Amino acid sequence: MNQKEFEPKIVGFLCTWCSYTGADMAGTSRMKYPPNILIVRVMCSGRVDPTFILKAFHEGADGVLIAGCHPGDCHYINGNMKTLRRYPLLVKLLERFGIENERIGLEWISAAEGEKFSNVVKKFTSVVKKLGPLNWQIVENQIQPTEMTVEKPSPKLPEVRV
Amino acid sequence: MTKPKLALYWAASCGGCEIAVLEIKEKILDVANVFDIVFWPCVMDFKYEDVEKLADKEIDLCLFNGAIRTSEHEHFAKLLRDKSKVLVAYGACACEGGIPGLANEFDRKSIFQRVYIETPSTYNPDKKFPQENYDMPEGKVHIPAFYDTVRSLKQTVLVEYFIPGCPPLEKTTWKALEAVIKGELPPVGSFLGAGDKTVCEECPRKKEEKKIKGFYRSHLKIPEPEKCLLEQGIICAGPATRSGCEGTCIKANLPCWGCYGPAQGVSDVGAKFMSALASVIDSDDEKEVAKILEGIVDPIGTFYRFALASSLLRRKKMSQEKKE
Repeated sequence: MNQKEFEPKIVGFLCTWCSYTGADMAGTSRMKYPPNILIVRVMCSGRVDPTFILKAFHEGADGVLIAGCHPGDCHYINGNMKTLRRYPLLVKLLERFGIENERIGLEWISAAEGEKFSNVVKKFTSVVKKLGPLNWQIVENQIQPTEMTVEKPSPKLPEVRV
Repeated sequence: MTKPKLALYWAASCGGCEIAVLEIKEKILDVANVFDIVFWPCVMDFKYEDVEKLADKEIDLCLFNGAIRTSEHEHFAKLLRDKSKVLVAYGACACEGGIPGLANEFDRKSIFQRVYIETPSTYNPDKKFPQENYDMPEGKVHIPAFYDTVRSLKQTVLVEYFIPGCPPLEKTTWKALEAVIKGELPPVGSFLGAGDKTVCEECPRKKEEKKIKGFYRSHLKIPEPEKCLLEQGIICAGPATRSGCEGTCIKANLPCWGCYGPAQGVSDVGAKFMSALASVIDSDDEKEVAKILEGIVDPIGTFYRFALASSLLRRKKMSQEKKE
């Protein structure tokens, strides 16, 4: 195997009013940040359903970054407060699934903070890179009518002594 | 005219579903009159060969309860699928993985370690584990293989209908049997005897604005009888759970546990439940939120009590060394 560096896949959910505009700012100001982040624009960080994050990990993401307006600056008054309440619970839940806390990030980035956005992405990418690939086992959740394949049991048995 | 054939089977289940079938009381005599019961290991003496001898699609209705935990369960799920015209996932375990599915937070190795070595009542100085094949003087003996991951029935074979609940309500069972007798079967994939709303929408309790300063597990607080349980800080799965149970637990002043599985259109019940629960916390301060969330002691057990096996992530990440 060649010694190619691991490049993490990161999904970023950015709120359209602050963080996405902040990312735009980083772009128009020609600031550099790693290309690992795949940005999904949402209307508000409060729109980020925990299902989206689980789905991202399930489909192969190594990290998920949520970014919204600073507390108090939400375009919808308190949408980002909902994110602030959900995030610690989500981190706690994913820890139990064996997904490290550092793989889920929450940052407040305003429309003027292009530089902050670029720094956050740099830092987050390097943290996830250090953690290594998540390699979530991608198993078909439901059997398709055409093929009735069933996931095989682990061929390795625990050590047995009689 | 020959009677339609009925089969019932239990896989990884507690036996409660079998009792739930008997909940139809004296109507069980009608069932015996109308149906020819060809397989029901809990109640009558049948051998596995009796099923194997049947022709394909000979069984008209098969109620299958329990999750798929071992190779024997999987074998029987496939066998009964081949032999049945209509296969029904009966109960929460067959529909969603149920309580046995919570073992997906562990794997075979750690479960064996706990059960055969660590439990206080176990005396096993030689560290013996069960083996699938073993040579005895009398010949080879087999036990089914224990899988790492628990699956629901629909993750193993194609299933026509689902009857959710832990256990399903008595009238639901009867409705399903009646539908087969009359030949009035709904579209494939339907949930029999369950609604398409959430438990909250059918809940008779008084609901006002939800603002919570602390969470209580059901043993920590005696709830007021009329007020919404969630508003009292009691963790209630109502917002994410499929309706149809007629509020059995809520009427008994207990919170919903989520046994009817995810509401219509919800792909991951835990994520929705968590989202609903966290959004009603009455605080905008990170530290205070963290303190309030300490009331949720066991996130997987709380949010995925019946549906871990059929959730998006399905199980805890397998340790790396095992994957080799």
